[in-house]
Amino acid sequence: MAVTVRIPTQLRELAGGASEVSADGDTVASVLAGLETAHPGFKERLFDDGGQLRRFVNVFVADEDIRFLDGVDTPVTEGQTVSIVPAVAGG
Amino acid sequence: MAHVHGLRCRECGREYDIAPIFTCEWCFGPLEVAYDYEAIAAATSREKIAAGPLSIWRYADLLPTDRNPAVDLGAGFTPLVRADRLAAELGLGELWVKNDTVNPTNSFKDRVTSVALSKALEFGFKVAACASTGNLANAVAAHAAHAGLRSFVFIPADLEQGKVVATAVYGGNVVAIDGNYDAVNRLCAELAGTYPWAFVNVNVRTYYAEGSKTLAFETAEQLGWEVPDHIVVPIASGSLLTKIRKGFDELFTVGLLDAEPQLRVSGAQAAGCSPVATAWLEESDTIKPVKPDTIAKSLAIGNPADGYFALDAVRQTGGGLAAVSDEEVVDAMLLLARTEGIFAETAGGVTIATLKRLAQEGIVRPDERVVVYVTGHGLKTLDAVVGRAEPTAVIAPTLDAFHEAFPPDTMQD
Repeated sequence: MAVTVRIPTQLRELAGGASEVSADGDTVASVLAGLETAHPGFKERLFDDGGQLRRFVNVFVADEDIRFLDGVDTPVTEGQTVSIVPAVAGG
Repeated sequence: MAHVHGLRCRECGREYDIAPIFTCEWCFGPLEVAYDYEAIAAATSREKIAAGPLSIWRYADLLPTDRNPAVDLGAGFTPLVRADRLAAELGLGELWVKNDTVNPTNSFKDRVTSVALSKALEFGFKVAACASTGNLANAVAAHAAHAGLRSFVFIPADLEQGKVVATAVYGGNVVAIDGNYDAVNRLCAELAGTYPWAFVNVNVRTYYAEGSKTLAFETAEQLGWEVPDHIVVPIASGSLLTKIRKGFDELFTVGLLDAEPQLRVSGAQAAGCSPVATAWLEESDTIKPVKPDTIAKSLAIGNPADGYFALDAVRQTGGGLAAVSDEEVVDAMLLLARTEGIFAETAGGVTIATLKRLAQEGIVRPDERVVVYVTGHGLKTLDAVVGRAEPTAVIAPTLDAFHEAFPPDTMQD
């Protein structure tokens, strides 16, 4: 299942400078695991030592925050976009 | 010359050079300005501050820009109003209202914007931008106009009309997004990676947030260089509360206070958007984002980036949090206006309503010197009180009509 992963500026170096890459997987967890396989280094940046997503990392599937869905178990379907976005303050 | 030696990640401590960056490249934690406090202590004094301009720039030694003040509409040095009538209503003792409704665009966002755009000019940016729930939009559009910068201001499309008009009037680009603030914010985070613009609350956020410290500096100076016992601050992203507390601590660090602050910090949220208050009430270490539904749109950030730090500040200092209903918010707006002559926006209603709750719960006490931060003007959110604030009488232009509405025997005092 191919999905598009949008990469924030801070992590583009790991993906050869790309702002978007294609990855395979049927859940957020498997997509991010696939990302790690294709571009090593993502895992330690996105997950803490306990294996949880770092608290200032936001992940969206089709524009919905995965914390409103099933977290990293949120399913993804063909053609969807997974966005990795740092937390932003202010209003 | 700014007394700054770099940026530091609040999560993992990694250090970075001064640049328009806002998150740690390693862990995505927020970056914070790291100051050379010894140099500031040597440079600053109460006398120097007293001789400075009547604006945030009197505290330039404690702000992170060399261009002091490059972009200045006179933000700051707002009144600290002794609120005895409100205190009596709430059963409190010494209560003060820091009235930030009287800034150039009528909210505290003028403080942060003045600092952010001064830093943006230092970095060479030509375009100012922001994601906003309204008040920041007003401030960025106005300060950009004053500085001759182009501006792009991104707001949720359902914002109060007063805030939209008070942004568009300055002639920049106002982009209304079909989505809530968190959606606007996310778009801006992505745009900030695409265009070389100074997004004041994204890529120059690290400097922007420092402007909030001036609320602490002014409060202490206005109290004769003393620190309140307890402050109540509204929480949107959590940054304001965090930075005000930091401001008081910094004053002690650089020798401007005689005693170490013993400050209790409480936070205010609306029930329709209370992720930080919920975590506090549930004694949870996780702040779960929410979909906001409240009339207090300037606090309607469902995913508060600095929420963890705000929660820490409340826990460490023994303060409290509350989540108040929209009805309590409107009642509190009217209470503040009726007792103290200060017309606050809905966020101010949230803050006063929270103060009331915390007073009832005994968390804010009558033996404390309390300062409550009112951050935006009520004319921006008129809809909230329409129907609750009306003429006392509508009469013909005759004495008889007046007497009929107000019988002379009821007019003794």
